Amino acid sequence: MTKPSKKYACARAKRFIYDDEHQIKKRKKIIAAGRIAVAVLIFAGWEFFTHIGLMDPYYWSCPSAILETTWEQLAHGSLSGDIAYTSASAVIGFVTGTLFGAVLGLSFWWSKAYAGISEPFLIVFNALPKLALGPVLVIMFGIGFFSKAVLAFLMTVVTTAIYAYGGVKSVDPAMETLLYSLGARRWQVFTKIVVPSSLPWIISSLRVNIALALAGSIVGEFISSEHGVGRMVIYAGTILDINLVWVGVFVLSVLSVVMYFCVVLLEKFLSRHFVRMNGQG
Amino acid sequence: MIKPYKIKVEGVSKTFTSGGKVFPALDDVNLTVEDGKFVSIIGPSGCGKSTMFNIIAGLTPPTGGDVFADGESIAGRAGYVGYMLQKDMLLPWRNILDNIILGLEVRGVPRKKAVGRALPLIEKYGLKGFEKHYPDELSGGMRQRAALLRTLLYDRDIMLLDEPFGALDAQTRLLMQNWLLEIWRDFGKTILFVTHDIDEAIYLADEIYVFTKRPGKIKAKIEVPIKRPRSAGDMTTPEFAGLKSTLLKLLFSASPDAETAGGDEID
Repeated sequence: MTKPSKKYACARAKRFIYDDEHQIKKRKKIIAAGRIAVAVLIFAGWEFFTHIGLMDPYYWSCPSAILETTWEQLAHGSLSGDIAYTSASAVIGFVTGTLFGAVLGLSFWWSKAYAGISEPFLIVFNALPKLALGPVLVIMFGIGFFSKAVLAFLMTVVTTAIYAYGGVKSVDPAMETLLYSLGARRWQVFTKIVVPSSLPWIISSLRVNIALALAGSIVGEFISSEHGVGRMVIYAGTILDINLVWVGVFVLSVLSVVMYFCVVLLEKFLSRHFVRMNGQG
Repeated sequence: MIKPYKIKVEGVSKTFTSGGKVFPALDDVNLTVEDGKFVSIIGPSGCGKSTMFNIIAGLTPPTGGDVFADGESIAGRAGYVGYMLQKDMLLPWRNILDNIILGLEVRGVPRKKAVGRALPLIEKYGLKGFEKHYPDELSGGMRQRAALLRTLLYDRDIMLLDEPFGALDAQTRLLMQNWLLEIWRDFGKTILFVTHDIDEAIYLADEIYVFTKRPGKIKAKIEVPIKRPRSAGDMTTPEFAGLKSTLLKLLFSASPDAETAGGDEID
């Protein structure tokens, strides 16, 4: 690569110097406005093309009809109950799966032999499409709430274990040496070094997990259920009420986004209070 | 009359096995340190100084020989001496205060009591106002101070310092050396200090042990007769220069390839 010319370097420097707070604010505004514009364009286009018949409203429904049906279902139907049902199983699966997975991953620190024996099984179980276990779980745990929570749990537990184990493997051995030199017992090294230094790894699994848990719950409902948004979608599909399918998709998207932001908030909270790695607070 | 010793390393040897081969790291090391002395240890890279420290600190068992402190064998007994590792090893998720009391915490001292003992030290030794800061907000010298205070607060009579100032710039280093001497004078600890820097070794110590390259053996013991308290000016005296040339000769004469040996320090 040739050296950048002096002129180029100068232009870069200039741009850098003037990239002050005002400039950054302006850019932020442009980004926000752009995002809103794109969203409006998508929905307006959707609405417009279905109205003029370029997109078949039978398959595509249209935003106004979807919103109307959603509102109707919320007011008079069972939609709010379904939302609560689906979110509850996803959240329970997410919380238990994450906690259990974290404990499992951290436990590998205690014995290299135990970790070595477990590792291939962990990898295989991670590769296994857990959703395919759905029918078995429904037979084992019934068509009620529990089978959905179990599926959501299975979706999250292994990923978290793998993340936590990654954290365990990256613990600085010199930090362990330090603790031992202070006369620490193994459990002290575990609680004072291994857990806090693995925590950022576990936290980084949260975002992935919430989406996985929700997918687990929905698929559980697809297979067999009496409640839940997933059941509503399947039901609407069988009676060819495509508008209602779209309502389900819309509601699940909103649910997914809401859960994602809740997890981001949780992440921020945990990072602020429990984590501080070199150079990043 | 035999002088009472604080710490005695007696015939310690250590071998490591790697890939079926046996590597001797230490070979029949003997040293005796009186109570309250400041002892420097110098030697080429990879001469096993860190290994010896790990043995004294009870982290690695010796292959042969024994280590005594106050008349008792301490080989394999971690926590009997205060040990400061090469890197400052402050835990990044703990603030400075919580880092400094780590040793007491491990020993089960209640937090309130530990903090009560840490605060006066923090104030006296130049870390006041940084208690609530995190290690990544501190300069290298400050971090080293915190690490040393952690070792000091752990409150053992013997302190092992493994190249604590190796990563600091020359000016900070001199400040830290004087600071360390001040602490040593105030607390009367017995200090074993590993360094690569001959000036540092002379400036700080009462006695200097010179190691051969691997397998590590003690080649010589040199007394440093320079009066205390010392100051930076002492480093330019003929006496200092004489000691330095003796040490340089000891380090490089018998092992001309010492510098190019390139052996890694065994931790």
